[in-house]
Amino acid sequence: MATTPKIVGLNRKQVAWRIAQEIPEGSYVNLGIGSPEMVANYIPDDREIFFHSENGILGMGPAPEPGQEDGNLINAGKKPVTLLPGGSYFNHTDSFAMIRGGHIDICVLGAYQVAENGDLANWATLDTTKPPGVGGAMDLAIGAKKIYIMMDHLTKDGHPKLMRNCTYPHTGQGVVKTIFTDLAVIDVINKKFIVRELARGLSLEDLQSKTDAPLSLVNNWLTISPPELN
Amino acid sequence: MINKEVQNITAAVSYIDDGAVILSGGFGDAGAPISLLEALTKTDVKNLTIVSNNAGEGNYGLAALMKSGKVAKIICSYPISAGSIIFQNLYNNNKILLDVVPQGTLSERMRAAGAGIGAFFTPTSAGTKLGEGKETRIIEGIEHVLEYPLKGDIALILAKKADRLGNIIYDKSARNFSPIMAMAATTTIVQVEELVEVGEMDPELIITPGIFIDYIFVHNK
Repeated sequence: MATTPKIVGLNRKQVAWRIAQEIPEGSYVNLGIGSPEMVANYIPDDREIFFHSENGILGMGPAPEPGQEDGNLINAGKKPVTLLPGGSYFNHTDSFAMIRGGHIDICVLGAYQVAENGDLANWATLDTTKPPGVGGAMDLAIGAKKIYIMMDHLTKDGHPKLMRNCTYPHTGQGVVKTIFTDLAVIDVINKKFIVRELARGLSLEDLQSKTDAPLSLVNNWLTISPPELN
Repeated sequence: MINKEVQNITAAVSYIDDGAVILSGGFGDAGAPISLLEALTKTDVKNLTIVSNNAGEGNYGLAALMKSGKVAKIICSYPISAGSIIFQNLYNNNKILLDVVPQGTLSERMRAAGAGIGAFFTPTSAGTKLGEGKETRIIEGIEHVLEYPLKGDIALILAKKADRLGNIIYDKSARNFSPIMAMAATTTIVQVEELVEVGEMDPELIITPGIFIDYIFVHNK
């Protein structure tokens, strides 16, 4: 009797690992607040990457040792960080010139929803009882050369997040290049979702059942093979 | 002889009037002029508009100023940090007006004010709720929205060192909005840790030249 292979979705660290493999040597990269910050932990050792923080840092390093925290050296999430050799500080206008001016090669952001035409919704929900807050999300969305999205394929309630049209408020229009989820790697090409990698044991049909917009699979698609990361 | 130092913090904030638009430096706590804000809290000015990236944390600094009822409106990019309880309570009770501006646009609007630029087109917020109702133009195939300068009556900023002329250097990422706000306000008041002799700071490394600074308050920790 044939057995159906078990679907092995990626955990959050493995998605961060997968994104890190996609970041070439010499890149200037901005990592969004939250899960995208984990990407920095998995950059291959032989690559020199500069991390940008919107609050005026290039060459941002990892969190300091306990006791070494400096309240004047924080990241966009307002957590203590360090500065690597060759790093620099600058004012907010210069920082956002780097962002809007197309000087940041890659920005990794979380998302509530992404539409098949690359529209991004990641700054506001439909709950209007809470005050809004956008931070740097809209500048990053339109400014970085490549927008990578790191997110779960489904919401906690099991609803699709890859949509024909975003139902949540837009952050930017037609801005997303690639989406990395726990189940797949999906490019936005000519306003369509094109799947290029799938989690082990997952079929395109499985993935389509968890996706609002139509998917296509490239011929030379790959199985995502992350290391064990717990 | 020019000497911009004020001898006490009460004098430092005495230049602030009712209804003032105050540019308040900092990104979270980094660069926030906590002592100046708390001195302002003890005055009887009212109906202030605050421009700052965030809406205060905890029960100190900007949050304390808002709690005192002196702030009618805040213009910021991200008021919903976990610690902004006082702001969120005021907002939920309709006690404060909020204008959310994308962070880069907030900074660039102040830069424009300080640099004498009449307005500018930016692609940020085009096609979103924050761009609604604004004049737009397609430039090289990309939709842009028109944004106007954001000028302050007062800037309150924090720096590491100043000389009596108002030349300033900052500390690490505590620089953030302060150099921009110093340019964008009619009157800029800086809280510094240390006052040094004129000529002591390397002129190649001065970040904000003294022309943008009006008053210096030395706050020894």
